[in-house]
Amino acid sequence: MWRDAALVAGKDLRIEARSKVALSQVAPFGIVALGLFAFALGPARAPMVSGAPGLFWVAVLFSTVLAIQRSVSVESADGARDGLRLSGLDPAGLFLGKALAVAAQLVVLELVLTVGVVLLYGAAVKTVWLIAAACLLGTVGLAAAGTLYGALSAGIRVRETLLPFLLLPVVTPILLAGTRIWQAGLAGGTPSDATPWLHLLLAFDAVYLAVGVVVYGPIQEAT
Amino acid sequence: MASAAPPTPALSLRDVVALSGRFPLLAGVDLEVDTGEVVLVEGPNGAGKTSLLRVAAGLVPVTSGRLTVLGLDPERYRTAVRRRVGMLAHASHLYDDLNVRENVRFAVRAAGADPGRIGPACERLGLTGRLLRTSAAKLSAGQRRRVALAVLVARAPDLWLLDEPHAGLDASARSLLDELIGEAVATGATVVVASHEPELLEPLADRSVTVNGGRVTGERSIRSPAPDVPIRAVGSAERAAGPPVERVVHVA
Repeated sequence: MWRDAALVAGKDLRIEARSKVALSQVAPFGIVALGLFAFALGPARAPMVSGAPGLFWVAVLFSTVLAIQRSVSVESADGARDGLRLSGLDPAGLFLGKALAVAAQLVVLELVLTVGVVLLYGAAVKTVWLIAAACLLGTVGLAAAGTLYGALSAGIRVRETLLPFLLLPVVTPILLAGTRIWQAGLAGGTPSDATPWLHLLLAFDAVYLAVGVVVYGPIQEAT
Repeated sequence: MASAAPPTPALSLRDVVALSGRFPLLAGVDLEVDTGEVVLVEGPNGAGKTSLLRVAAGLVPVTSGRLTVLGLDPERYRTAVRRRVGMLAHASHLYDDLNVRENVRFAVRAAGADPGRIGPACERLGLTGRLLRTSAAKLSAGQRRRVALAVLVARAPDLWLLDEPHAGLDASARSLLDELIGEAVATGATVVVASHEPELLEPLADRSVTVNGGRVTGERSIRSPAPDVPIRAVGSAERAAGPPVERVVHVA
């Protein structure tokens, strides 16, 4: 399973390194979203700083949809999905590999967006480890849930419009917990301020990783 | 005296029905392919040739009936079966952003095959030099087909499923493909090949089945090997030497 996961993640990351879709389209989209939020909130600094955690995670969620759609579309061209099925790859390894590649792209995206939040909104990161923990745990959950729902929508003709509709409501716990942890991180909060929300992210990650490992294969065969 | 058990067929379909939604792709197919046999599947467009191969590859689930591939139930032993089955389909299963070498290497390693066979397979298919470093997006249809064939050769599966294998290939690649089929059979592989240009493949085939309306409607023996020659060891050259024995069985 781990060998297959590494193989698939390596392949997806190599494709992204060649096509540069994540760097040239997904990350700029996230920055544009942050900029639009700043325009909507007006020139005053206070509402931007107080809204920064939520706006960061909304931008991450929207960008995740693009990253997942890209991950699915890579397998849609030239019957590549059939090629993967025919290769006899372990479905659990395939799920973990695809999720790992998406997670690696999301980590880069979140770094870029964090810099964007600091520069555009004037927010100051006071407890760095809380911000990092929220991003890390949120990334795992987004990548796992996104890969799973991406597979669900893969065989459907209208997948581009269906995926956000399926995925965004499901990842609301990440938006909620990530925002609360970020609020604590920007305010210089203590670990106890964020513990319940970190637990929520951990539980979300565990559930979606376990479900993905078990059901990715049957979903792949059925869609 | 106890008689030896009959050899397990490489592919066996018994009254197999497969659906796409409510549309029947296969409507009760009975077909048995022995190990080492080359079977040509003929029929007009939309007859069910591709569906038959996709069902055999386990890409389309069987709704009813019984399917065994290499003696195994492909539903139950999905990974084990798929690693021993290779399919040349209409699509080449290539990633446009990867180059030829990377595509072949990924496909071969994904199938758990020996990476040491990648180099010789690419060379055999004429995928050498700069072509190996060319991204798949820049390849012609014929070159994509060659890459897909290189994957198949490097994987060396026990069951080859070829869907219109000559399509998009030039004359030299077609004759190379015929050689590769002969060599695969000589090493014990089984080949099921679908085509609506049977005249191109008849010299290689042992038997032909006609598919129409999702059913096997006819069967024709093209070559009979000499009785003392195991069928799996018969290459295209030996088969071509024998006189054709034709038999037509209408199943419908």
